[in-house]
Amino acid sequence: MTSFSLNGQPVSPQAPEDTPLLWVIRDELGLKGTKFGCGIGECGACTVHVNGRAQRSCVTPLSAINGASITTIEGLDPAGQHPLQQAWVETQTPQCGYCQSGQIMQAATLLKDFPNPTDEDINAVMGGNLCRCMAYIRIRKAILLAAPKLRGTPA
Amino acid sequence: MNNMFKSAGLGATPVSRRRFLIASAGASVMFGFLRPEIALADATPTMFEPTIWYSIDGEGNVTVNIAKAEMGQHVGTALARIVADELEADWSKVSLNYVDSDPKWGPMITGGSWSVNTSFAMLSQAGAAGRITIIAAAAKLMRVPASSCMAQSGAVVSGKKVIAYGDIITRGQVGRVFTADELAKLPMKAPEDRHLIGFETTAIDIPNKTDGKAVYGIDAELPGMVYARPKIPPTRNGSKVNSVDDSAAKTIPGYLGNLVLDDPSETVPGWVMVFADTYPAAIRAADAVNVDWTPGPTANVSEQDILDHGAALIASPTGGSLVVEDPGVDAAFASAKSTLEQTYTTASVLHFQLEPLNALAVEKDGIFEIHTGNQWQSLIIPVLSTALGVGQDKIVLRTYLLGGGFGRRLNGDYIVPAALATKALGKPVKMVCTRADDARFDSIRSPSVQTLRMAFDGDNKVTAMSHVATAGWPTLIMSPAVMPKGVNGVPYDPFSISGADHWYDVGAQRARAITNDLANRSFRPGWLRSVGPGWTNWAVESFMDEAAHQAGVDPVAFRLAMLNGNGRNAGGPPSAMGGALRQANVLKLAAQNAGWGQSMPKDSGLGIATTFGQDRAMPTWVACVAQVRVNRDTGLVTLEKLTLVVDAGTIVHPDGALAQVQGAALWGASMALHEGTQIVGSQVADTNLDTYTPLRMADVPEMDITFVDSTEFPCGLGEPGTTVVAPAIGNAIFAATGIRLRHIPIRAADMRNALAAPA
Repeated sequence: MTSFSLNGQPVSPQAPEDTPLLWVIRDELGLKGTKFGCGIGECGACTVHVNGRAQRSCVTPLSAINGASITTIEGLDPAGQHPLQQAWVETQTPQCGYCQSGQIMQAATLLKDFPNPTDEDINAVMGGNLCRCMAYIRIRKAILLAAPKLRGTPA
Repeated sequence: MNNMFKSAGLGATPVSRRRFLIASAGASVMFGFLRPEIALADATPTMFEPTIWYSIDGEGNVTVNIAKAEMGQHVGTALARIVADELEADWSKVSLNYVDSDPKWGPMITGGSWSVNTSFAMLSQAGAAGRITIIAAAAKLMRVPASSCMAQSGAVVSGKKVIAYGDIITRGQVGRVFTADELAKLPMKAPEDRHLIGFETTAIDIPNKTDGKAVYGIDAELPGMVYARPKIPPTRNGSKVNSVDDSAAKTIPGYLGNLVLDDPSETVPGWVMVFADTYPAAIRAADAVNVDWTPGPTANVSEQDILDHGAALIASPTGGSLVVEDPGVDAAFASAKSTLEQTYTTASVLHFQLEPLNALAVEKDGIFEIHTGNQWQSLIIPVLSTALGVGQDKIVLRTYLLGGGFGRRLNGDYIVPAALATKALGKPVKMVCTRADDARFDSIRSPSVQTLRMAFDGDNKVTAMSHVATAGWPTLIMSPAVMPKGVNGVPYDPFSISGADHWYDVGAQRARAITNDLANRSFRPGWLRSVGPGWTNWAVESFMDEAAHQAGVDPVAFRLAMLNGNGRNAGGPPSAMGGALRQANVLKLAAQNAGWGQSMPKDSGLGIATTFGQDRAMPTWVACVAQVRVNRDTGLVTLEKLTLVVDAGTIVHPDGALAQVQGAALWGASMALHEGTQIVGSQVADTNLDTYTPLRMADVPEMDITFVDSTEFPCGLGEPGTTVVAPAIGNAIFAATGIRLRHIPIRAADMRNALAAPA
């Protein structure tokens, strides 16, 4: 049986080991903020953190995360007030909102690796996250707004 | 431990007392189709519900009922701002209630960029009615004449006396009844008296979309539900199931069985539903179930077959609907000094709304309850009634956020299989499409073919224009009753020809709309963001550019000469005041903002286009200048900048309006340069992001968007920004290279081939 930590809580789900983490999180553990978009790891809506790094949960089997620490959008900040979340609201980024959990989780990893990202850094790291409403201008703006607030915070 | 997480999910969402009270009050007016009278809510004396559109409680909290789908446009915020402005409500006390389907809301549809335009007067008057009633009650309470009172920010003020709305409702007799006629006669505020409409605010739906709390249709759950994934048949129409072999599926843990759907509504012929106790098990089981089908007659149809059929339909001088038919078109062409004729085509396009199609259905006490996001409840409920064999009053659509609409969820066909399955199984069924299922079941934007002709006299003045357009027609297939008739009496899909009836004075004009029957049979055509204007304007505005060059006139000057506001292009109330002169204005402004006429570096160019958005009755005037750079080695077209000017009249929610134009314009760019599919053997060739390639972050150009400051009647913004971009890009490519491309999408290979072709 696979055990891991989900947003700081130990869990031991019943799903078969080859089940994609996405469905375990959503349907067995009941956290719906992580979304199903393409199922092949190419839209980014299902992005969660595995040991602090963005990963596509739709193509991550349960067996691959035994003992890992998983963070979803619900666990990024206890009050939902991570600087990226604040920036997303301040820039009024979400439209339909369906991709935005994944965008925010991906952006958190981006700013860990590139605390002062260039436009090219953003293009490269966020290029795997599709926003079908095409709110890209604001996603970029929100990342650049959050970056200074995150610089200097512990990794 | 796991229960702790479960409680954070959907099941924990409480039914508010407010919602219950509204539901009880609603029960007494269930016959009240579009009942606009003002009446006291009879459920509670401390609730003032002056119209069906909102209520105010004893604490002054205003709850606005939103009967539109929330799919990214922040429509709830915009509609509530309209109510609150006239009501003089305290905006901090306004909240939204997205309502379930009910006849009392009238026709439920969210599309056409219509919501603000069609709701503006009604919601303004509803707000005014509440304000007038509250002021009258406040005057009595304060023992002052009503004429001495004024309402502001959720309170009524008379001299030094102030009383809050909540107190008025608790203490006063707030019960005036207005007839529908009286309501319609209530004056609306002068623009200078507004303090919410046109002012910046934040969208109420946004915070929950940053922390995982927003609830979409795909998040719905019910106790005891089973998961379903469909087996999509080889053709959209006419497929028949011969046999189902599930022997391999039986080894998959969680597989529960399958069902060949018997669908009296013929919405999903040949469908097989595969059931499992989890969704990943349903995905695997469906892959393991083998279905033997006899496909429908269109099984071998290709994209080229559909385009060829379209071209043949156009070549025939008869057929179709004459949407515009001025006297003298043929005579003008016969006597023309010169003419121009060109044909333009567009490829199939997927909606690819990011939330795959899904629906959760359950029958409870004889009522079929559907949990899903949907844009046109009034269209699908009659279909569900036929499919299920129950009255429309036995069907309720519960409302959820939409993980993208873009027109896909106007067509509620995806609800039918879930509803049929729950009826057959006697338990709740949650159907979710995989991405590939979703793509194969999409109601795509039809491929289109259009041929345009123009006649010039000896001075290169335009004397006549003809536009013949053909495509699959969604409205013919799904809602034929709403189709108007052309001047020859033949019905047409207005959403598939709008744009050809443009505001240019071209002398004698003809617009002929022909349905592509092969397209209609081969797939189910859909309404996709901007619908017809997304392809008609590709043709009109590319053609205008070609015509300007043929006439030897600057493309801006060429258009301005014809945007003279003469005759039927003068416009008129309520939404089209100013007519073509407002289009001329946005065109001039866009040219000016983009530095039209500047010299450009080698292989770079500016292209211009202008449209009126969705239709002549609700023209949103748009102009766009695209700046592109073409790499002659790779054929890569880089969209460097889009400059847009938009005149949509009064703007209710400015930042929301900007977001709509940003997204809509990038949709236009995506369909011009990045995305498109093709029909192969009656199916779309691309079913996921491994081969389907919408615009991504790195493809976003610099964008300069300006709204014309206007107090004219508000027009829609969801789609107009889409309609203008593709032709601006095509015209810019011509400016950069001298090469005219007449098919979208324009991919690097197309550009490369054109560059390599002999001139």
